[in-house]
Amino acid sequence: MSATEIKTATLESVFELCRETAQDVEFTAAKTWLKERPGRKAVGCFPIYSPVELIHAAGMLPLGVIGAGNQIEITHADSRFQSFVCSIVKSTLELGFTDRLNFLEGMLFHSICDPARNLASVFARNFPKMFIDYVHFPQNLASPLGKQYLETEYRRILSNLERRSGHTATADDLNRSIQLYNSIRANLRELYRIRTESPHLLSATESFVLTRAGTLMAPEEHLEMLQQVLAAIPARPARPKDRIRVVLEGSFCELPPVALIETIEEAGCYILDDDFLRGWRWFTGDVPVEENPLRALADSYADRSYYSGAKHDTREVKSAHLIDGAREKKADAVIILAAKFCEPALFDYALYRKALDDANIPHLLLEFEEKTWIFDRARSEVETFVESLLFD
Amino acid sequence: MLDNTEQKKNAGDLIPLQSLGKKGSSPAAGVKKDDTRPDYQGKIHNLQKDMIGRYYDHLTAAAEGKGGKSVYMMISGNPVELIQAFDMIPVYPEVNALQLAVKKQSLPLILKAEEMGYSTDNCAYVKADVGMYFSGCKTPFATIPQPDLILCNYVGCNVYLQWFEHLAQYSGRPIYNLDIPFSRSESGEPSEADMSYVVKQLEEVIEVCERLTGKKLDYKKLQRIVALSGETGDLWSEIKKLTRQRPAPFDAYFDSVTMMAPLYCLRGTEDGLRFFQEAYKEMKQRADRQEGPLPEEKFRFVIEGPPPWPFLRAFRDMFSRWGAVAVASTYSTVGGLWEFGFRHDPLRPLESIASHMLQWNLTNRNFLHRYQQIKDYVEQWNADALVIHSVKSCRLFSAGQGDMREYFAKELNVPTLLIESDLEDPRYFSEAQLRNRVDAFFESLEHRKLMAAK
Repeated sequence: MSATEIKTATLESVFELCRETAQDVEFTAAKTWLKERPGRKAVGCFPIYSPVELIHAAGMLPLGVIGAGNQIEITHADSRFQSFVCSIVKSTLELGFTDRLNFLEGMLFHSICDPARNLASVFARNFPKMFIDYVHFPQNLASPLGKQYLETEYRRILSNLERRSGHTATADDLNRSIQLYNSIRANLRELYRIRTESPHLLSATESFVLTRAGTLMAPEEHLEMLQQVLAAIPARPARPKDRIRVVLEGSFCELPPVALIETIEEAGCYILDDDFLRGWRWFTGDVPVEENPLRALADSYADRSYYSGAKHDTREVKSAHLIDGAREKKADAVIILAAKFCEPALFDYALYRKALDDANIPHLLLEFEEKTWIFDRARSEVETFVESLLFD
Repeated sequence: MLDNTEQKKNAGDLIPLQSLGKKGSSPAAGVKKDDTRPDYQGKIHNLQKDMIGRYYDHLTAAAEGKGGKSVYMMISGNPVELIQAFDMIPVYPEVNALQLAVKKQSLPLILKAEEMGYSTDNCAYVKADVGMYFSGCKTPFATIPQPDLILCNYVGCNVYLQWFEHLAQYSGRPIYNLDIPFSRSESGEPSEADMSYVVKQLEEVIEVCERLTGKKLDYKKLQRIVALSGETGDLWSEIKKLTRQRPAPFDAYFDSVTMMAPLYCLRGTEDGLRFFQEAYKEMKQRADRQEGPLPEEKFRFVIEGPPPWPFLRAFRDMFSRWGAVAVASTYSTVGGLWEFGFRHDPLRPLESIASHMLQWNLTNRNFLHRYQQIKDYVEQWNADALVIHSVKSCRLFSAGQGDMREYFAKELNVPTLLIESDLEDPRYFSEAQLRNRVDAFFESLEHRKLMAAK
């Protein structure tokens, strides 16, 4: 085998491993890591953005507890949350009821929407041994008061985490964690840059499973994996296909099934950008390494972050970011891929729709559920959409 | 209960709830009144109709350019005292939406919003309001003025943030997100950082209002207004306590939601205080006369969740036929929770306003705090059962009520009924189905009582 072929084979097996990890509801990779050394602890992070550096600096492993996809049946949680609530709330609760989260010290929930907030309370009541906390992110970002408040909120969360882990995080600990996650995020941004410039070299499905796997393993291991992948990608033997270029928005929380992302791509789309796992790719650049790391994190939350469904920054119009982004990337169209019953995404859609129409950008709304197995309807909707663009 | 002669007298000058806000309207002509059904109206309903009518006239005048700056706000936990201190007009899209539903006018507006791209799964309050906005801001009870300021008091309800984000875009008017940290501590007490953040934002809001009106804040005026709110809250709290006795002098859900309108639209005003003084007087008289809203009070229940506004009467009948009276409700605390001791304090105006927004309203308190609130109601108001009315539109209220039912029914042994419909969208109300479920529930309660008596 030539050097290129070896590298390619390794690349494929990395993607395969990530895909397995991404769909693993037993948290095998994380549990393996935890067992390697006594006293290791993990904290689950429910969407969207979690200040993972705080958990890491306090000496614990942050893990993305982001629903159970289409991997488990919901038999307990549906008696607690109604049919008109999104699936991720129920599947996450089901993970709890089926004892799959017992290995965690606790969970962090964040202000994103009403069901997620109520979920935090339901967790607290049903799993009293777990440490449950709720981060109130400021929705007044037009005033410096918002991020100043966030700094105090981070201090509160950190103290609670430290109590649980038994380790007090120093400023150096925090900055080391910040640097580590900065590197990871920089690598993820690089993946997304490749997808925008050379979408034939890296599919959205591949970058999705790479990102998702990273939320389920130790960050140090994830960084190594990303570096290997990035080294191998340029040499990938792949030819551009005849596809339309799209930007995807609206899937910042509940995760689309891997096969759905594949379906959209196979139906004729190069997905140049998306907001999958937005919370783990929250920052547009590095978080500065400063004397006051909590302030650096709080400032970055407010001023170095992407616009998205759960952040109500009145300083700018959200749809403008979507449109500018689509134009910069020379996208042919926008697909709003929203989880069923996702109130923030569906509210945004009403505004996006008008803005995209005014900007003459073709767009399609697709609703999905994490728990689906069959994507025929989605496939034909996207195919029809693609055809209308290719042959108009 | 009013005796027959009083009933006849009142039937004549009865102003149905549906004509709320219309000046000088007479009872709906040609509508046969079923005399076997209880009379739900009283003097307070008329007084309220009158005051709210004037409030809406004020809005219409502002819409027609006859003066007054309008500030859009949400009813739950808001700094209306500040707005009143600047002589600005508080406008409540939530109240407008529910009035539209009561008048059975919400559906076409909801459909209009859905045509614009709003989802069937978005809160119908918002859809009705947006539909109304794009229909010339006209309602049967008022023309709603454009906002001079959109003051989004974010107290727990995430939909508030989206709603006002949309209105700001549509109107092009300035928006201020007044961010109230969500109640996260076990006790519900806000931290010092929480308080400081809110008070500092209130100071910014004052600056915004000063720029808008060209006037400096009259601090003494603010204190007087805060004192009015304090007194009003005190009376509301005393009124609510009256339903602890047997029989309860009024229905703490169906009658409370009527009394809520002046609490939201007129809090901090002399009129608002006067309404509650009258309401307290009337309810106290009924309590002293051992009168209740029904011929016989057979069941006392606590009810959680917003009412199905388009079907208020039909919904009420479902419970009345069983002699069931609500003795406490969580929905009536959306605008504020005064029955557990909180008062607006004129000596600490900004701090007490902040406290009201942080801790003393339903929506900023967490789900488990609500369980505790309901538990307190069941115990202190001597209720036989809990009714959970789950509404599709409102996830703040509804998401997770299955867990609430589990807690009350299985852990506390409180008979609990969970029923579903919507607060604004008439399409989700299945009258026959709901009635069957309510009937089955009270039948079994009745049976339990009989067995216990043996």
